[in-house]
Amino acid sequence: MTLHARLQVARDSGFRLDIEVDIAPGEVVALLGPNGAGKTTALRALAGLLPLTGGVVRVDDHVWDEPPRVFLPAERRAVGVVFQDYLLFAHLSALDNVAFGPRARGTDRGTARARAREWLDRVGLAAHAGARPRSLSGGQAQRVALARALVTDPEVLLLDEPLAALDAGTRLHVRSELGRHLDAYRGRTLLVTHDPLDAMVLADRLVIVEDGRVVQQGPPDQVARRPRTEYVANLVGLNLLRGRADGTTVVLDDGGQLVIAEPADGPVHVAFAPSAVGLYPEPPAGSPRNTWPVTVVGVEQHAHTVRVRLDGAPPVLADVTTAVVAELRLVPGARLWAALKATETRAYPF
Amino acid sequence: MTRARRHTRGRLPAVLVAPAVLGLAFLVVPLAGLLVQAPWSDLPGQLLSAEVGQALRLSLVCATLATLLCLLLGVPLAWLLARGDLPGRGLLRALVTVPLVLPPVVGGVALLLVLGRRGLIGQHLDAWFGISLPFTTAGVVVAEAFVAMPFLVISVEGALRGADPRYEEAAATLGASRWLTFRRVTLPSILPGLVAGTVLCWARALGEFGATITFAGNFPDRTTTMPLAVYLALETDPDAAIVLSIVLLIVSVVVLASLRDRWIGGAT
Repeated sequence: MTLHARLQVARDSGFRLDIEVDIAPGEVVALLGPNGAGKTTALRALAGLLPLTGGVVRVDDHVWDEPPRVFLPAERRAVGVVFQDYLLFAHLSALDNVAFGPRARGTDRGTARARAREWLDRVGLAAHAGARPRSLSGGQAQRVALARALVTDPEVLLLDEPLAALDAGTRLHVRSELGRHLDAYRGRTLLVTHDPLDAMVLADRLVIVEDGRVVQQGPPDQVARRPRTEYVANLVGLNLLRGRADGTTVVLDDGGQLVIAEPADGPVHVAFAPSAVGLYPEPPAGSPRNTWPVTVVGVEQHAHTVRVRLDGAPPVLADVTTAVVAELRLVPGARLWAALKATETRAYPF
Repeated sequence: MTRARRHTRGRLPAVLVAPAVLGLAFLVVPLAGLLVQAPWSDLPGQLLSAEVGQALRLSLVCATLATLLCLLLGVPLAWLLARGDLPGRGLLRALVTVPLVLPPVVGGVALLLVLGRRGLIGQHLDAWFGISLPFTTAGVVVAEAFVAMPFLVISVEGALRGADPRYEEAAATLGASRWLTFRRVTLPSILPGLVAGTVLCWARALGEFGATITFAGNFPDRTTTMPLAVYLALETDPDAAIVLSIVLLIVSVVVLASLRDRWIGGAT
């Protein structure tokens, strides 16, 4: 009963996408990755807008794409797509935009409109049925696009950066609305995004793609706690180091070594929050911590803290207060000592 | 409160202004002359005369039919040029625009050679279906369409290339076939370009002279359209020629006005 997709797309540019995604009915999977990782290519391949060069797309026993024999074009797949900038038809009212799908699939005008009205009502836009897309706000347009994608009762729902076009204020509200509708939807949902927050809030499972490959997947909390690549660590705001553990000592690949709390053995990732890193002008004497000399490389203001980029063995990020910045005169080039408690680290095998 | 505007860069040089004024006069004075010379007193009578009425009716019917023919063939052609992934597209586009710069008389000769009674295609049309196009009203329509179609194709193709193809993809994901997508999504989105192209095409067809007289000849009530009537009347009845010319002038001005926003408004 699942969507099974092995997506292989080779482009003339040399880029190769090769990922495998399975989505069960009712499940929301987020495809998360940096720009150019192949997320949108994957979505277009699932939608039938781009033929695979290898692999398979199958829903239950129904094959949608399996080169070189089978290719169902978009109009013959039971998909609903919410595009990044929604792509509502400007010359049609909100109602007729939503009714377009049922009409195109052969429903008579009256029934199509009735179903469209029902869906507009469900997304709270019954009062805007006659409005042209131009006169709708970003949040409203997004809901019309969602209604338009879901009204045909698709087997697979594809969302391409559905919140990227919204400003921060409406985003929070629209995100929770979208979450509610995704919970109610019984089909399989793939959400493509580069925003970790959208992915964490909306998805049951994250699939992280870098450079056309899956680098990590799992439930959001697990990915957030145990990042496996630089990119993921960056997304979830953690320092990530690699090394080889022998008991509670980890010899790091980037140089230096750390003492960790839980003994381990063999190649491990070590993750810790930037706020766990303390900075001192002199080596802190007589403390049970990891300490090592570092050089300040960069200083950036975040919401309520200052993030300090440090070079050393190992290089790390540290979050400190503005007071500390003033006290230690944190300018690029400054030499300091970093300290990290073993209990603040989390080590897990490769 | 207005203050004389001071020219920061001196006065406009006479060497440019004089020819500019002359050029303006050159374009405007003949039209003004037409209006001055018009036999205003018996204008209604002239307009209602059988001769003028015939030519006017024939012109409107033929230009409209030619425009319909252009829409029927030209819009799909524009779509093919804009969206079709075919080799040699640049060459095709160039071929389509040839009638735009070709002297219409040459177009008429070419049509005669192909569609004439002994022409490449014309002989078969005649032998198999008994259809003969030259020197008929249908021939007028064909000649006008030949000359006017590039205007429509270029205008529509430009609009199509400016339209975002992702909307067509969105329609496909909603289950629409390519034909339905074309009708319900693509065409409405290029409507302004389509209307402009149609108006331009119609105006060009209405004014067609060279190809028409070459291919369709000059038979009153069958092939004598307004431009032909103007040319003929100039010999026999100059007043009628002026009246016919004024009608054509008015049509041109109306066409220009309807395209104002697209073509002239942007320049102000």
